[in-house]
Amino acid sequence: MIAFASLLAGLVFGLGLIVSGMANPANVLGFLDLAGNWDPSLAFVMAGAIAVGAVAFTVANRRAVSYLGAEMRLPSARHIDRRLVLGSSLFGIGWGVAGICPGPALVLLGMGQVKALVFVAAMLVGMGVFELLERRRRAPTPHPA
Amino acid sequence: MSIDWNHFTPLTALAGGVLIGVAVAMFVLLNGRIAGISGVLGGLLRPVKGDSAWRLAFVLGLVGAPLVYLLFVAWPAPQIDAGYGTLILAGLLVGAGTRYGSGCTSGHGVCGLSRLSVRSLVATATFMAAGFVTMFVTRHLLGN
Repeated sequence: MIAFASLLAGLVFGLGLIVSGMANPANVLGFLDLAGNWDPSLAFVMAGAIAVGAVAFTVANRRAVSYLGAEMRLPSARHIDRRLVLGSSLFGIGWGVAGICPGPALVLLGMGQVKALVFVAAMLVGMGVFELLERRRRAPTPHPA
Repeated sequence: MSIDWNHFTPLTALAGGVLIGVAVAMFVLLNGRIAGISGVLGGLLRPVKGDSAWRLAFVLGLVGAPLVYLLFVAWPAPQIDAGYGTLILAGLLVGAGTRYGSGCTSGHGVCGLSRLSVRSLVATATFMAAGFVTMFVTRHLLGN
């Protein structure tokens, strides 16, 4: 049931990306080009999504379990550290050169775009590199100083 | 700055945004989780027993969305101007950066701002600023 709800949510998310025009990297780059011919559409997408999301999270915050009985797992982290800022900066640079973030990348893959396949493969490698570095960082050192 | 009136589509942008909001709402109210795409994908690379099916299902929904869209009307052809080298660099940066920074446009940008999370606001302001600067440098300074 949870998996089916996830499938539906992914589908609606993807449809939203296509309808909004944000599955098209050219539109995203149009938003990022403040100094040129600026397309504010992405801000309207965010506004529409946040308006609905804010209501949903207000409800979710009052519940211990979801409507399907799953445990509510909302992030509790509040700290602002180097990882957050540095990671978001790297992401922003990557987003700025190609106009693709993870959601649209998957939708573009579904559109059969070969370029999206290359992007997604590289993105998974990037995520994998992060995983390996994290594992190494977490592993106990054999000879603690 | 000038407004690109030919490409500015406030109504479809808002409508698509509402759909994304509905997806986020479904995800949190039914699954109890944040619909952060980089986090959902990243979790697949750190497999925990019984924790992968919903992740794969969500990804499948996103990848399958164009096919469902096609049942009603043809999707507008996407335009990917970046070359393969740029795409590989961008993909690596987006993959590592979103995991290191714990989120992307969906997790921090949509869900985090919906939750009034200051941490997500800082992340969103950071990646947007980085995107604006990168665009300025590549399109206007380097004339790409």
